[in-house]
Amino acid sequence: MSILGWTYTLVGLTFGLYAFIAYMSRAKTTSGFYVAGRGVPAIANGMATGADWMSAASFISMAGLISFMGYTGTIYLMGWTGGYVLLALLLAPYLRKFGKFTVPEFVGDRYESQVARIVAVVCAIFVSFTYVAGQMRGVGVVFARFLEVRVETGVIIGVVIVFFYAVVGGMRGITYTQVAQYVVLIFAFMIPAIAISMDLTGHMIPQVGFGAEIVEGPNAGRFLLETLDEVQRDLGFPEYTAAWVGGKKSMVDVFAITLALMVGTAGLPHVLVRFYTVKNARAARWSALWALGFIAILYTTAPAVATFARVNMIQALEGTAYDEAPAWFTSWEKTGLIGFEDKNGDGIIAYRGDPALNELKVEPDIMVLANPEIANLPNWVIGLVAAGGLAAALSTAAGLLLVISSSVSHDLMKSVIWKDMDDASELRIARIAAAFAVIAAGVVGIYPPAYVAQVVAFAFGLAAASFFPVLVLGIFSLRTTKEGAIAGMLTGIVITASYIVYFKFFAAESSADVWLFGISPEGIGSVGMVLNFLVAIGVSSFTPPPSTEVRALVERIRLPGEA
Amino acid sequence: MTSERAASYWRANLRVMAILLTVWFFASFGLGIFWVEWLNQFSLGGFPLGFWFSQQGSIYIFVVLIFVYARWMDRIDAQFGVG
Repeated sequence: MSILGWTYTLVGLTFGLYAFIAYMSRAKTTSGFYVAGRGVPAIANGMATGADWMSAASFISMAGLISFMGYTGTIYLMGWTGGYVLLALLLAPYLRKFGKFTVPEFVGDRYESQVARIVAVVCAIFVSFTYVAGQMRGVGVVFARFLEVRVETGVIIGVVIVFFYAVVGGMRGITYTQVAQYVVLIFAFMIPAIAISMDLTGHMIPQVGFGAEIVEGPNAGRFLLETLDEVQRDLGFPEYTAAWVGGKKSMVDVFAITLALMVGTAGLPHVLVRFYTVKNARAARWSALWALGFIAILYTTAPAVATFARVNMIQALEGTAYDEAPAWFTSWEKTGLIGFEDKNGDGIIAYRGDPALNELKVEPDIMVLANPEIANLPNWVIGLVAAGGLAAALSTAAGLLLVISSSVSHDLMKSVIWKDMDDASELRIARIAAAFAVIAAGVVGIYPPAYVAQVVAFAFGLAAASFFPVLVLGIFSLRTTKEGAIAGMLTGIVITASYIVYFKFFAAESSADVWLFGISPEGIGSVGMVLNFLVAIGVSSFTPPPSTEVRALVERIRLPGEA
Repeated sequence: MTSERAASYWRANLRVMAILLTVWFFASFGLGIFWVEWLNQFSLGGFPLGFWFSQQGSIYIFVVLIFVYARWMDRIDAQFGVG
């Protein structure tokens, strides 16, 4: 079968499976819609969290980015996994014991303040909407490249399928589709990685392979990474494995970005809410272990894929005559993801670190998407990669849409505006809100505002600087007051948002020379987070302590046991 | 449960957290970032050691930390009869 035939078959089969699962496990109550009735087993929730967390960015873009960054790619690898330790130790079991349905609800109840609740709702909606727009765009792009339809058509197909299972299925439907999507995406990521590892180094396990010796060619018997470092040096790039050398990010910036991504991960509402779906606090701890375990399979493979892709790409193209370039090069040239400009007119591709001499332009996204073709893998693997990219994007989009809908129906309508609303009306409003959100996300996916890429830094920065400190203080400090929490959140948000907006939209120059302490906008969330903590603690010490009801609430969530 | 017993459960929990978060900090920021250059003079097979910690080892350590946490807390829960 052709590539296109395989892609249609595999994408069609997986979509049918998701729709079937969503229909079978559809939600009938608000508890089912928001938290899947709290009956999800720890291991299933771990898998669902994995799919919920790993987005189009993790699946399609991350390995490619690492491929160009070398050591510095660590910011994503540690940043997007280390946060689970914080989540497991500081938040998940306690939020589960708190019970109820949403993250803003904890903020509102713990600080006895509608203002704090509304600030938290606005942050939750903003962070989630930013993210979901990126996912819908990812869906459109995968459709356009692999199924040869227009991006718009791809986005509309994505909207219809997400609409069906998020709006009808609610959290129950989403959870079990995410379990299926995890399985699809991990196979789609691992199969090409294993095949390429076998091919280059003879090792089945990619995590071992990229530290092993090359088996064929002029460099046979030498370590892969050592060879890559040497090739990079010869072509004028910084060594792949080296840290603070020419053009790479500084230590302070790597530290700040990694910390911001870790803390941001632990503060993302769509991840936190997954821990409301398990049976009790104990299950929340084990579920965090399963989640990180399932995520680690992809995250420890990604740096291997990055190394293999870099070696293969340079080997296939550098010094090759343009006329004799491999077939995948010509087919991907049409997408604009890879391009050749013959600066010296010799007809030979020169890939160099020096921009004046470099003739090859490569976008990071190509590294995962074209990997199976570069390695000459069979057509069904290429179809599987398309299905995997879609699984990653759709599962994340669904989780985010649920946060948006519950923020509107539960935290705004039920808790603030219409307090005696019955269960059936709330469920109806939740579905309407989810429907609006998915359509709005589709529109943004079709007509992406120029700044979509830039606002991603916001999502993590704001989650780090707004939620994380007030959640941690709300659990670990009895003395933190509502005034402290509100002042802390506002300080964190204002500092982080204005720094990012200034450097992304207004500043003439954005480089280490002009940044505060050399910290880039991507890393400023960690500064906002620290300031949020300091202001919240400081203001709390001047304001009257929380009520005895709040003390009782905090003392209750500190003890595990059945909710 | 008496409030004294609840307080000593909480102290036991905080001790577990403090130990594990210290390891978390050293494993990620220490081995993966602050000392990466120094560690790179050693190697683990074909990996410079600092590079390995930053792109592989730290992630394995995170998984182990959560495992130790879940096991340890199960034991403390049983000891205090709160599980």
